[in-house]
Order: sequence, then structure tokens, then C-alpha cells
Amino acid sequence: MQKISASSAPDLAVHPQPVRFFEASGRKLSQAAIVFLMLPFFALIFVAFLYPLLSLLLISVQEPEPGITNYVRIFENPIYATVLLRTLRLALLVSILSLMLALPVALLMARSRGPKLAFITACILLPFWSSVLVRTAAWSVLLQRNGLINQGLQAVGIIDAPVKLLYTQGAVIVAMSHVLMPFMVLPIYGALRNIPVELGRAAAICGAGPNRSFWEVTLPLAMPGIVAGFILVFLSSLGYFITPALLGSPQEMTISTLISQQLREFLDWPFAAALVGVLSLLVTAITLAFSRVFRFDRMMGAHE
Amino acid sequence: MNGRTLILNAYVYAVLVFILVPILIILPMAFSETEYLVFPPKGFTFDWFGRFFSDRLWMQALQFSFQIAVATAIASTVIGTMASYALVRGAGALGSLFQALLIGPIVVPHVALAVALYLFFERVGLSGTLAGYIIAHTVLALPFVVFTVSAALLSVDPALEDAAMSCGATRFQAFRLVTLPLILPNVVSAALFGFIISFDEPVVTFFLAGIRDKTLPRMMFDDIEQNLTPIIPAIAVLLTGISVLILIGAAALRKAAENRTMPRFDEMK
Repeated sequence: MQKISASSAPDLAVHPQPVRFFEASGRKLSQAAIVFLMLPFFALIFVAFLYPLLSLLLISVQEPEPGITNYVRIFENPIYATVLLRTLRLALLVSILSLMLALPVALLMARSRGPKLAFITACILLPFWSSVLVRTAAWSVLLQRNGLINQGLQAVGIIDAPVKLLYTQGAVIVAMSHVLMPFMVLPIYGALRNIPVELGRAAAICGAGPNRSFWEVTLPLAMPGIVAGFILVFLSSLGYFITPALLGSPQEMTISTLISQQLREFLDWPFAAALVGVLSLLVTAITLAFSRVFRFDRMMGAHE
Repeated sequence: MNGRTLILNAYVYAVLVFILVPILIILPMAFSETEYLVFPPKGFTFDWFGRFFSDRLWMQALQFSFQIAVATAIASTVIGTMASYALVRGAGALGSLFQALLIGPIVVPHVALAVALYLFFERVGLSGTLAGYIIAHTVLALPFVVFTVSAALLSVDPALEDAAMSCGATRFQAFRLVTLPLILPNVVSAALFGFIISFDEPVVTFFLAGIRDKTLPRMMFDDIEQNLTPIIPAIAVLLTGISVLILIGAAALRKAAENRTMPRFDEMK
């Protein structure tokens, strides 16, 4: 029996010519008109985005004395190094949990039609219409000592007495996955929808069972979407502020709550700036490393 | 339905319950008679809505956030539409730079931008001002406006604009009288995006807010952190109502767009 794998699939059918999201069309504008039309955008981005970020990074290497003392402090002090590692671990766990929740949803969406597809899509998009703060408040009610989750766990006999759920890492992971998981569903669904139905049939004809067909055909072809969703959720988790600030434990800070504390309580500008520098460099490096999969038409689950 | 499909369906519906429960569970708590949030809610009262609308601080925050959101919607839509038009009509090298910078506000964590803007605004005297919030939120909203508007621009046949110009219209007239009416539904939804992004933005406002000039999200953050009263679900009920109205409006717009979009010339044969 021939080995069935994604690589033996006709390449053209699977990867149609990539359509660039922005393609020029129509009578071209003059250079002067283009500059005039884009000027407000560039002015705003330079003045209120690039300049503030760069001058913040400049502070991190200039104050209190020129050099990289602030950065050395982050990596040498075990407290701060722990915060950094904890943030990375948190982002990884949130991404994994989101993937576990999102992949089956995307699979079922790709196999559904009509009202069922519309219903699932509506449920996935509903969170975009509800405030992050409101959802965080909902989680803190659910996770309370006498909240619904503790009551439920007691009712089925898993625990005897209420356990502490709120202000723990677990609470942050669950609530953040709840917020970020829709961002995982859309790119995976986009990738799955572009897999021609014939490939599944061809795999079945060649003797592959549903399992083998999933692992050797569907999953490899969905990989770009999975990677895109995973990276998007991972990046969002790294700098996430609201959920760790409201549901997390003050003893287990993340890099974003540490930045807030340094700034608001200790007024240590240069050190906060260095933390922002580390966070920004991390995010930029990951974005550049995955820039091929980081495309927004894909993120939004568009057809290719 | 075989066993495999059954398991997949069951798993997915469990995930959907996980998504929906926290969003839905919060709403009935708005009518609780207790001073703190509890589920299931105890009693039934409209008190919390009354408290929200009669409290001077909440009303100031609501008004402030509304002003910021309206201005952000207008600013981001105008700037974003101008840039999108230039992009779609051949921006060349400038367009590549534009696209690279465009994803910046999405990729850079809001905490980082918030701290940077706080420092910048402190220096130039914009901290805590209406203008400061509008500038910050416009930066955040611009990528979404550009994606929405340029997608619409690409779906309009450029031959229509060419025809108008051949008949003697200036470029601006052709845009205003031919292209803009065709992309108007998307321009309006881009403005709605801008409004919602600003109105619901908790992180940048958290760092920019002073003592007096609090926005609605900042007041909500403080309430969740300190008291967790049913005023939060009361606001959620109000916001959900507004969202439903906006969704209905957006659906109507989409319908209008479908009726309005002209077939491309090559499809008319």
C-alpha cells in the first residue's frame, strides 16, 4: 500500500497562488497624492507609536546610568527571572489549552453546514462582543469560595470543602484561554476549510481509516492555521494584563503586572522600561521568526 | 452518526458551554439585591441600574468614554480610509512600509504601548486629557479600520472610477460620488469597530487614567478589584443591549451593501 501523506497531494490544489491581501488596482495615484493621503497615518504612527516606544527603550539603557544595568538586574535577580519564566510558562499553557479547546471546534465547523455552522460560529464570535472586564468579573464570581464551580465540585464529591480557586495561576490560565481561544479557532478553521474534500476520499480509497486520514492528511494540511493561531495566542498571552491583574495571585506576578507594579508603586521608570524592552523584544523576535505564517487574511479565517 | 462523530459533537458542545456560561451567567446578577456579586442572584431589583445612572462618577466616566470613542471612531475612519485608498491605488514602496507598520499596534502588547504613551504624554502635557486618549485609541483602532475599508475597496471595480474620470470627474469627485457610496457600509462598520475598540479598551486607559478623569473601563476595573458589586453586570446588560442593536444595524448594512454592490465589468458579459 502506498504511503499516504500530505506531501504526495497535488501541491497546486492545496496551496493555490497566495493572494496578497493588498493588491493595487485601478488608475494609479500620483506620488504626491499618495504621500498626502498616507501622511496622517504615518504622522500618527511615528509620533504616538514608534517614538514613545523607542524613547522608552532609550530610557531603559540611559537611566539611572548609561549601560545595561537594568537588563542585568532582570536576568540576575532570581525574583525577576522567575517572573519572566512564569510568564513564558503561562503563555505556553494558555496556548496549549486554547489549542485543545479550539481544534475540535474548528474541525466540526469545517464539517458542518447551514444552521449548525452558523450557530457554532456565532458562539465563537460572541465573546468579541462582550467586554473583557465583564468576562473577568464573571470568572471571579464562578471561582469564588462559595461560587458555582466549588459548589459543583462538592456536589459530585470530588472535593469535601471549598478549595481556593480565585487568585491562582489556574484561574488566570482558564480565564485567559476563555478570552483568547476564539483567536485560535478562526485560523485553524480557515486552513481546514481550504483542504479539498477529495483528499479525504482519496485517503479512504487508498485504505486509510479515519484516524490515519486525520493524522496524515488533515492535520499536516491544517498546520499553517494551527501554527498561526498558536503564535497569535502565545503573543497575546505574553503581554496580557487584565486577567493576571484581577484574577492572579499577587505573589505570582507576570511580566505585565510586574511592569505595572514597578511603575505605579515604586515609580521605577528605567526598570519598568527595561521590562517593557524585554517583552517587546521577545514579541518582535517571535513575530519576525514566524512572519510567514503571521498573515492577517489567514488570522481572520479567510479563504485563500 | 457514528461514535467518533458523536464524541466530537459532544466535546464541541461542551467547549461552547465553557465559552457561553461566563458571558451569560453575569447578566441575571444585575438584578441581585445583594451588595456583592453572587450566583444564583438573590431577589429581584432594578436598583443597580438606578445606582449606575444616579452616580456622578459613573456618569462622568460614561460620558468621557463616549466622547473618546466617538472621536476615535471618526479619526481612525478618516485617517484609515485615506491611507487604504492610497494603498489600493498603488502606493509602491510607501505601501510596503505602511503594511509593516500597520500590524505594529496589534503585535506590540498593549501594556508596552500604554507605558510608552504614559511617559510621552507626561512630557508633552497630554496625560489625562481627552486628546491623549483619542490619540492612543486611534493608534489601536487604525489596523482594524484599514483591513475593513481596504477589503471593500478591493471589491469595487476600479473601472467605475476610471469611467467617471474619463467623463471629466476629478479624482476626488470620482471617489466621493462613485467609490465612497459603494464602500460606505464597510466604512460605517469600520467606524463601529473604532468606537467599540475605544469604548471597551481597558489596558491603555488603565495606565493613562488619572484620579479625576476616569474612563468607564477604568471605573469597572476598580470596582472588580475592590468591591465586585452588581453594578458590573448592570453595565454588562446595558452594553449587551447596545451590542445587539449594533449587530442588527450591521446586518442591515450588509444587506444594503449586497443590494448596492455593482457587478464587476468582466462579470456583466
